[in-house]
Amino acid sequence: MTVLELRSVSKVYGRGAAEVQALRDVSLTVAAGEMVAVMGPSGSGKSSLLTIAGTLEEPTSGAVFVNGKDTLRMSGGARSRIRRRTIGYVFQDFNLLPGLTAAENVSLPLELDGASMRKAHLAALKALEELGLGDRARHFPDQMSGGERQRVAIARAVVGERRLLLADEPSGALDSANGEAVMRLIHTYCKRGVAAVVVTHDAQLASWAGRVVFLRDGRVVDQTAAPAGPESLLEQPS
Amino acid sequence: MSVRHALLALLSEGPKYGLQLREEFEANTGQVWPLNVGQVYTTLQRLERDGLVVATGDGEELEPGPQKAYRITDAGSAELAQWLRVPPDLSTPPRDDLVMKVLIAVRVPGTDVSEVIQAHRRYLIQLMQEWTRLKEDDKGSDLAFSLVVDSELFRLDSVIRWLDAAEGRLRRALADGWTPAQAAAVTAGTGLPTRPKTGVRR
Repeated sequence: MTVLELRSVSKVYGRGAAEVQALRDVSLTVAAGEMVAVMGPSGSGKSSLLTIAGTLEEPTSGAVFVNGKDTLRMSGGARSRIRRRTIGYVFQDFNLLPGLTAAENVSLPLELDGASMRKAHLAALKALEELGLGDRARHFPDQMSGGERQRVAIARAVVGERRLLLADEPSGALDSANGEAVMRLIHTYCKRGVAAVVVTHDAQLASWAGRVVFLRDGRVVDQTAAPAGPESLLEQPS
Repeated sequence: MSVRHALLALLSEGPKYGLQLREEFEANTGQVWPLNVGQVYTTLQRLERDGLVVATGDGEELEPGPQKAYRITDAGSAELAQWLRVPPDLSTPPRDDLVMKVLIAVRVPGTDVSEVIQAHRRYLIQLMQEWTRLKEDDKGSDLAFSLVVDSELFRLDSVIRWLDAAEGRLRRALADGWTPAQAAAVTAGTGLPTRPKTGVRR
């Protein structure tokens, strides 16, 4: 089932001499259970693609479908609901609220969506426990390591049955072991049916994805072929 | 890769038979480098000739039978300890086909170098995806295997980073008015620039 579809999306910032064409006729479909990595140098349009996919920004032209619904043709309220209920965001710098504990950070999106505090808190604890952070629930972000903070951010992004995970350089600020842990988590959620788009310039992170899409100057220029079995590597003659 | 020292390392754990050495070698390299039995026996013969291992004599066999077991000597242990600490010779850049292809692509008029670079980048990422999938299935329980996979991922990653840097450099050069004809003029006759002697002690 297709969770996200960008259809001929273009995005222009500014006008006249200051005009910047961030995306040019980008089409991308991501199915439930699929992890797609978008790779490209800085300025290639990766972040614009993600904010538009997440309905945080509107494209200049084209259409964005989430769960089969045209997000540009729905009311602002309906779009906000999709952002709260269906889409989870993970950022490079975690974006946790410093005055809230780990559990409060995770339960916040559920509470904003109208869940009772108790129900939201229980769901948050469950999500944190799954990520091995049960004992960190009452800690504030500045009492946790970078790796732990990013896991809390992932818990916040997936809590409450969300179907679409959008991550912008999710392990950019982490060492390689923590970066790998983050990608393993995202991968695990994809196996459970979440669709994920991970924007990165890091090939090691991108290689966790089932499909890698290459962006240059706002255009999709290439993508990887369907995966071969890993067995092929071990059968090479010596 | 030094089969010789890998066998010494396995024998440093105690006397072993040739077949056993082969199995353990493959297990310890995460099954990534297959080794044939012939290689094991020729290597053992050379090690014996050099006094680094001895075939265990009568009455010393691990089990009675036609196979010979081997034991490491003191000289063998010293050789192994020494080898572990001597850096391999990385001072000469390897002749790298990919580097050559990009250098040549830059010279050939009418070549879309970015497209050439992207073809290689895509291939490398696909290889990395396959290695990552192995890592994903393994969950890190086999340490040797994880180390080998990591090393391969970092190696391929470094090649992609080089391609990224090369593409960036090319774009800047094109923006500055550079043309392929200039590349031909600069490299004609000289080929690759000569490598400065670094004088780094190994």
